[in-house]
Amino acid sequence: MPIPIEYFLVLSAFMFITGVAGVLTRRNAIVVFMSVELMLNSANLTLVTFSSYLGNPVGQLFVFFVMTVAAAEAAVGLAIIIALFRNKLTMNIDEINILKW
Amino acid sequence: MSLELILFILFGTVAAVSGILMITRSNVIIAALFLILNLGSLAGLYLLLNAQFIAVVQVIVYAGAIMVLFLFVIMLLKPEQERLVSKIIGFKTFSFAVTALVFIQLAYLIFFSHPGSSIKPDVAASINAGTVGTIGRELYTNYILPFEAAGYLLLAATIGAVVLAKKKFQ
Repeated sequence: MPIPIEYFLVLSAFMFITGVAGVLTRRNAIVVFMSVELMLNSANLTLVTFSSYLGNPVGQLFVFFVMTVAAAEAAVGLAIIIALFRNKLTMNIDEINILKW
Repeated sequence: MSLELILFILFGTVAAVSGILMITRSNVIIAALFLILNLGSLAGLYLLLNAQFIAVVQVIVYAGAIMVLFLFVIMLLKPEQERLVSKIIGFKTFSFAVTALVFIQLAYLIFFSHPGSSIKPDVAASINAGTVGTIGRELYTNYILPFEAAGYLLLAATIGAVVLAKKKFQ
């Protein structure tokens, strides 16, 4: 493996930061959700990188479980977005404030 | 330059640029398509890291199932075009500045700590770790309990999603 491990880690950090910037700046609930998926994927890339460079399969197992949780999270989150859209007819997270008091 | 480095630069550039394009497009469907491109190039990076099983699962589960779910919801709800200017003046500039600062810190830490000097990559062990056989053996012997728990989690998520999306709550 001639590629230095730092390259993968920096790429992963960059993707994570992109996801954070998306969550902070976007106001559409679905795009915010997709940015969270981007952050999950950057963490996955780090896990696979270390798993591969150390020759240990446990990191990739963990990625498998992260994917399971991400699938569950996507299903429940999108259901919540649909339920909110039925009530408020908007996806702008500035206007969805029913938990505020 | 070796073939691996060329492939890394290719997939890495596609992943990084499509990530940036995803958070800057105002059209949600285009953003979702860029996220699919990002996930696909990540699968290429996993192959480069000898993680065959994870690469295939990435394409099937993420780029296939999860993103189809996202696209379905986007097209069902037909969200309005988002106004990309925030109500708070300068909030966007501030958040981009903060994230850029954190990224510079992370990159400095990664290059400063230099993990490559202490890790001696073993190509044979790396290839062996990524095969379906190795991961399946681990999954069904040492990690059988988390595996079962993941099944229950998916069942709970399915039921929860159906209940949430079905009835109107006040």
